[in-house]
Amino acid sequence: MTQVQGAIEAAALRSDRFRLAREDDWKRLDSIVSRLESGRLRKLSDDDVLALPALYRTAASSLAVARETSLDAATIAYLEALVRRAWFQVYGPRQGFARWFAQFLGGGLSRAVRSIWPDILIALAVMVAGAIAGWMLVAQDQEWYWSLVPSQFADTRVPGASRDVLLQALGTEDSAAGLSGFAAHLFQNNAGVSILAFALGFAFGIPTLLLLLKEMATLGAMMWLFASQGLAFEFSAWLAVHGTTELFAILLAGAAGVHVGRAMAFPGERAVLSAAAAAGRRAATVMAGVVLMLIFAALLEAFPRQLVSGAWDRMLIGSAMLALWLAYFFAFRRNTQGAPA
Amino acid sequence: MTSAILPIDHKRRRTVFTAEGLALTFVLASRGARFGAFVLDYIFLMVSAIAVTLLFVWLAGGVGALDGPGGSGAGEFLMIAWTLFWFISWNGYFMAFEMSPRGATLGKRIVGIRVAARPVSGEGAARLTAEAVISRNLLRDVEFFLPLVLLVVAPSGEAGSAGMAGAAWFLVFALFPFFNRDALRAGDIVAGTWVVEAPKVKLATALAPHPPAASPDLAAATYRFSDAELAVYGEHELQTLERVLRENGQESMIAVHEAICRKIGWNPGRGDERAFLAAYYVQLRSRLEGGLRFGRRKADKFSP
Repeated sequence: MTQVQGAIEAAALRSDRFRLAREDDWKRLDSIVSRLESGRLRKLSDDDVLALPALYRTAASSLAVARETSLDAATIAYLEALVRRAWFQVYGPRQGFARWFAQFLGGGLSRAVRSIWPDILIALAVMVAGAIAGWMLVAQDQEWYWSLVPSQFADTRVPGASRDVLLQALGTEDSAAGLSGFAAHLFQNNAGVSILAFALGFAFGIPTLLLLLKEMATLGAMMWLFASQGLAFEFSAWLAVHGTTELFAILLAGAAGVHVGRAMAFPGERAVLSAAAAAGRRAATVMAGVVLMLIFAALLEAFPRQLVSGAWDRMLIGSAMLALWLAYFFAFRRNTQGAPA
Repeated sequence: MTSAILPIDHKRRRTVFTAEGLALTFVLASRGARFGAFVLDYIFLMVSAIAVTLLFVWLAGGVGALDGPGGSGAGEFLMIAWTLFWFISWNGYFMAFEMSPRGATLGKRIVGIRVAARPVSGEGAARLTAEAVISRNLLRDVEFFLPLVLLVVAPSGEAGSAGMAGAAWFLVFALFPFFNRDALRAGDIVAGTWVVEAPKVKLATALAPHPPAASPDLAAATYRFSDAELAVYGEHELQTLERVLRENGQESMIAVHEAICRKIGWNPGRGDERAFLAAYYVQLRSRLEGGLRFGRRKADKFSP
């Protein structure tokens, strides 16, 4: 009788003894992970930081053993949750936002832009085609102007307007008052268009291309209007100040969308899902850059364009910005392939 | 705090191997939980955005009185600050929270889910990157708000066929999670992420008694079951018994006590159900765990 009882007790206890022997380690890991999760890194002692990987491995092996030997559902559920949480912290993104941003500016962005160069060419071709199409359509039939150019822009800049009126539309403001508000508004608007161009890429990139085509047809139509009064250079200069930055940003957003769409349509040897995910992350880096460029564009549009009046001066600013972006994206190659020091 | 024993839908379990070769179990968040979190997040976002907007309006009122008619620098500054605030909160709320160590927005935390990197097929578990978080959130507007606007506009007939296109668009994106195994939305596909359950589970007390001296109240010695009497149940019943013991409800204990007695042919008495069940639990678990060591599993009462 006592022998049987002893055997039962010993057997019953085996998985519990296992648990009792390790419980303290699990609880310590639990408290470290909880503190990490709430972002209270400073409250973590050096001992705890050093102990984390070892405690994680202990808990992980406890879980593996418990799965094979224990039928204590509560303990297994606890261990599974604990090991998963610890895994997220041990292998989580260690870099904070500042670190990420430094890496992003110091090579991450330009590398991502270079890596989607075929898509940039596709988007560029579509944008040029859109502008030409807009010009040609309006040149053949002026009625097209009304469908291509949104009515809010068509204040004084309409077909048949005199040269003076058009020139005045390209004029300058006297002071900076009111311009920064205008800039904020422009930024929000353009950021919206860019995010849309990227997000539409999900449908195999086709809506993105259509959007680029439409936006550029509007530009082409306006271009024709000013050219018809011999103001092509003045208009280009007026546009160039912020346009080289803004159109570049929209080009990149479109290219990012095309990149994702192309990866999904033609995943190559990889599975569609992993191809899309890889493309999506690369494109996201480009998109973060697009938002930055649009902030620049809005500032340029609000201040220098409205305050600098000479066409040559405007052209100079626009070209300088373009050269700057091109140099940054394509000539700036710091080797940051590995983790930063 | 989630209860220790969660009835988990097995269709939602995914096993992922880590770098150390450990099998991590992820449980995909249910679509309902995700929708709940989504609604909560937008409630938070809207309430705080409206509160801040009212603050701006209130400030603008004061500024207007200071500057007099005709607009002013201060008013303009407020306008810019408000525009930027709106842009940053609308786009930044999700990104900032999902980049944090917990990988979840407030709404997701409340329902107990988080964003994680989806493992690439053939490779191990991957870490969640900032790029992935940015990417999955940039698609949000297209997936929900743009189609919503189109749907609202569509019935007026103003947009004509574009309204119908909007409705179709809305369906494609909104129903996307229902057309794939892992309940991925479009943003998840592009970012390579998925949303998983992240409950914080407390370690429950051990049920099996320690040596009798340590817990004399669980009178394991009082009840003794023969091998045949223990052989009728399997792991599933053991877990049910565990749950009953942890919940400690008088009625369910009486019911389970009766059921077990009937099954093993005992005459059920009254008043000592907990001790009986505890003893049965310990001895059944001991028997089944013993079987495990010899590679024998008995899933439930129907398995041999």
